[in-house]
Amino acid sequence: MRVLFKTDYGQDIRLFPHGGTVFWYALLGLAVIGAPWVIGEYWQSQLVFVSIYAMAGVGLMLLSGYTGQISLGHAAFFAVGAYTETLLLTGGVPFPIALVAAGLLAGVVGVAIGLPALRLSGIYLAIATLAFAFIVEEILARWESVTNGNNGLTVPAASLGPLVLRPTGAAFYYVAVGVLILLILGGANLLRSPTGRAFVAIRDSEIAAQSMGVNLARFKTVAFAVSAAFTGIAGAFYAHQLQFISPEAFTLVLSIELLVMIVVGGLGTLHGAVFGAIFIIMLPEVIGVAKDVLPAAVADQPGLKTLLFGLIIIGVMLFEPLGIYGRWRKIQVYFDLFPLYRRGTFKRQRAYLRTERLR
Amino acid sequence: MSLLRVEGLSVRFGGVRAVDNVTFEVRPGEVFTIIGPNGAGKTTIFNALSRLCPATQGRLVFQGRDITGVPPHEIGRLGIARTFQNIELFERATVLQNLLLGRHVHRTTGLGAELLFLPRVRSSERTQRERVEEIIDFLDLQRFRDTMVTSLPFGVRKVVELGRACSMEPALLLLDEPSSGLSVEETEDMAAWIHDIRSLRGITVLMVEHDMRLVSAVSDRVMALNYGQVIAEGAPREVQGHPDVVKAYLGGEGGGG
Amino acid sequence: MNGLLVGTLYALIALGFVLIYKATEVVNFAQGELLMLGAFLAYTLIVLLGLNFWVGSLLAIVLTAALGFGLERTVVRPIVGQPVFAIVMVTIGIGFVARSAASMIPGWGVDTHVIQTPFANKTLRLGTVVLSQDHVAVICLTTLLCAGLFLFFRHTTLGVAMQATSQNQLAAYYMGIPVKTVFSLIWAISSAVAAFAGILLAPIAFVHANMGFIGIKAFPAAVLGGFGSIPGAIVGGVIIGIVEAIAGFYLPEGFKDVAAYVVLLLVLLVRPQGLFGEAVRKKV
Repeated sequence: MRVLFKTDYGQDIRLFPHGGTVFWYALLGLAVIGAPWVIGEYWQSQLVFVSIYAMAGVGLMLLSGYTGQISLGHAAFFAVGAYTETLLLTGGVPFPIALVAAGLLAGVVGVAIGLPALRLSGIYLAIATLAFAFIVEEILARWESVTNGNNGLTVPAASLGPLVLRPTGAAFYYVAVGVLILLILGGANLLRSPTGRAFVAIRDSEIAAQSMGVNLARFKTVAFAVSAAFTGIAGAFYAHQLQFISPEAFTLVLSIELLVMIVVGGLGTLHGAVFGAIFIIMLPEVIGVAKDVLPAAVADQPGLKTLLFGLIIIGVMLFEPLGIYGRWRKIQVYFDLFPLYRRGTFKRQRAYLRTERLR
Repeated sequence: MSLLRVEGLSVRFGGVRAVDNVTFEVRPGEVFTIIGPNGAGKTTIFNALSRLCPATQGRLVFQGRDITGVPPHEIGRLGIARTFQNIELFERATVLQNLLLGRHVHRTTGLGAELLFLPRVRSSERTQRERVEEIIDFLDLQRFRDTMVTSLPFGVRKVVELGRACSMEPALLLLDEPSSGLSVEETEDMAAWIHDIRSLRGITVLMVEHDMRLVSAVSDRVMALNYGQVIAEGAPREVQGHPDVVKAYLGGEGGGG
Repeated sequence: MNGLLVGTLYALIALGFVLIYKATEVVNFAQGELLMLGAFLAYTLIVLLGLNFWVGSLLAIVLTAALGFGLERTVVRPIVGQPVFAIVMVTIGIGFVARSAASMIPGWGVDTHVIQTPFANKTLRLGTVVLSQDHVAVICLTTLLCAGLFLFFRHTTLGVAMQATSQNQLAAYYMGIPVKTVFSLIWAISSAVAAFAGILLAPIAFVHANMGFIGIKAFPAAVLGGFGSIPGAIVGGVIIGIVEAIAGFYLPEGFKDVAAYVVLLLVLLVRPQGLFGEAVRKKV
């Protein structure tokens, strides 16, 4: 059982609480770096997808998990990032600049949604973001002069100087994972500073937050902007990975996937974004494997993935609302406290419905 | 020279006059208490001061500056902190994080610096934590420093709210029923803290309270309110014995609880 | 005229949706799927099993109501008390499960099916105006339903019980209100309304596993009318239907699809409580 004895404020502020954490993350880092040599091209590509979804997940987590602003329209930011990247690259802009521009433009769009959303909360906000995403999708489909409408656009390959980042190459993998780590670090930095605390304050009590001097409008807008920017960068990578984009890739289904991802992963934690991304990408793989085992009548159904998806969402909300990361932490606590762990440690209190309309 | 001057404050909700032409002033370094039966408008005055609800009429002047139209998040920066009757803590955060949020008005770093966590952000964090630890020591909250607020008992939450307000290092502290829901011992602790807040930390206190013993113990001046109007003002003993005040409390003696 | 028709259907969906929200503050993202299941049940009873249209429809509505009751008891009830977010996720999950399950049931699958109604292909003459009986039937039946619901909620204690349970469940318990049963009944009623809408929609949109997507239009309707307002949902739905028709007629292609959402955003910007809703504020 590890007891952390703190003698210095720095220990509280650090990202890694103690040496053990550093060790394990270093190990993870080595595994990630060494992966292209060990796993095949297919799995490397899957890991890139995980990174992309995780980037978007970190963005959405900051907004919905930490600031409490539910967004059902994040596919819109994904799309803005993807299209910006594609159009800039087609126009000859170097990859790093295009990437940053994709993020910035998505951030601006985030501010555009954030401003009207300032007066909304809870379900109204969710619905507003939903509506907004529909409108963006329609604009992408109709603005044919720029986006080529429903015919889509081919995405040119990215290159860093002389090095061409083919989507199937190891270089692209390293860049994607590298950017993911940067985004996670950025998010973690925000969360351990006044801005991150302001986010949490807005989530838990807007009234108290205002009394503490938190400018709701400013910080909600910042949350939207940062979240959108991160998701936009994810979208840019997505464009490269798919090599072809069209409005059909950015529908409500994607927005819901992202939201489900962060909830299943573990709402309110950065780890949750990564775990959620792994879940989203691995689910079809698991189904594929299970198909060999299940009887044909069940396995061949086209709706199987959606069915499992729905069942898992319901299951997680009913039985493990803290998500995958939550379960992981509980297991860690079990081993930490062994053999003193008590079954009631994480028991939820009986909760009664209290109206949220008077929040 | 008054720290806070409320002039002719009226607050109406539809047809209801919650606060009706209330005028009073709070002098620096004193403990000024507002008493009155439930529904008298005391918390509404606080909400008007915090700018959480708009004043229909009247003026609010703080440290010589007119704050009647100031947005709610500016109030903290100007030096007014408050606690809430029904506790508005940040439930899914630890006590430490709640107190650190009290330091938000003293924030010196911007978004860009924080994203990169530049050294000045780190040193700013250290400073904030030092200040917060002072408050934790002052209020004996060491045990609960890293506990989530949701798992704390009610009495401790009230103390955390007090601590959060004190972390703001305000010039004026608005306490909304600090002793409600507390046991006798906890109320005595609260009285001692209010006293220390005024004497040791130099913070002026404007308080709403029902517990008459606490009122007599710490207040310098008392104002009684009924149906949104001022019915008496003066030293605690005078006000509590005032015939209008006694009548307002439905025949109870000035001693109340 | 077509706008009015579509609007009536939107109104029905929004109605079921608002019923649940008003009572339990649950936002049911699966309302469209309940509509779809109701339509499929009707299809099974009327077409596959050969029952009379009216009998089959009624039975389908009752069955869907029972399904809604069951859903509430098993899946939604444990979630009550958790934040809005959790409930949204659960209803989204229910929607996924319903949609995919429907595509897997033999006889339903991914095909499109047709239900023959007694009004199909007949017309009604009112003076110089010729109306399709189908359309008239939708509007008349919906009006009857709304009138019935109005009387039901106004003249029974259930309406007041609904409000109480939604604002403070614990206090409602103390008052002797059978809170759990009230919640389940609300879901049953709402599911019945959804099935009703599904059966009316069937001749127009045909019965298939994805017909529930129309449920998303319930949001603009409910927001326009004012969340938590039943007359608002109806009025909102009709207005959205008419707006869409006008947009489709006068504006370039594509505007029709987003018209509803533009209206929604405008309403949220200008008057978030909608036409009939109330603005509420927290008392501290």
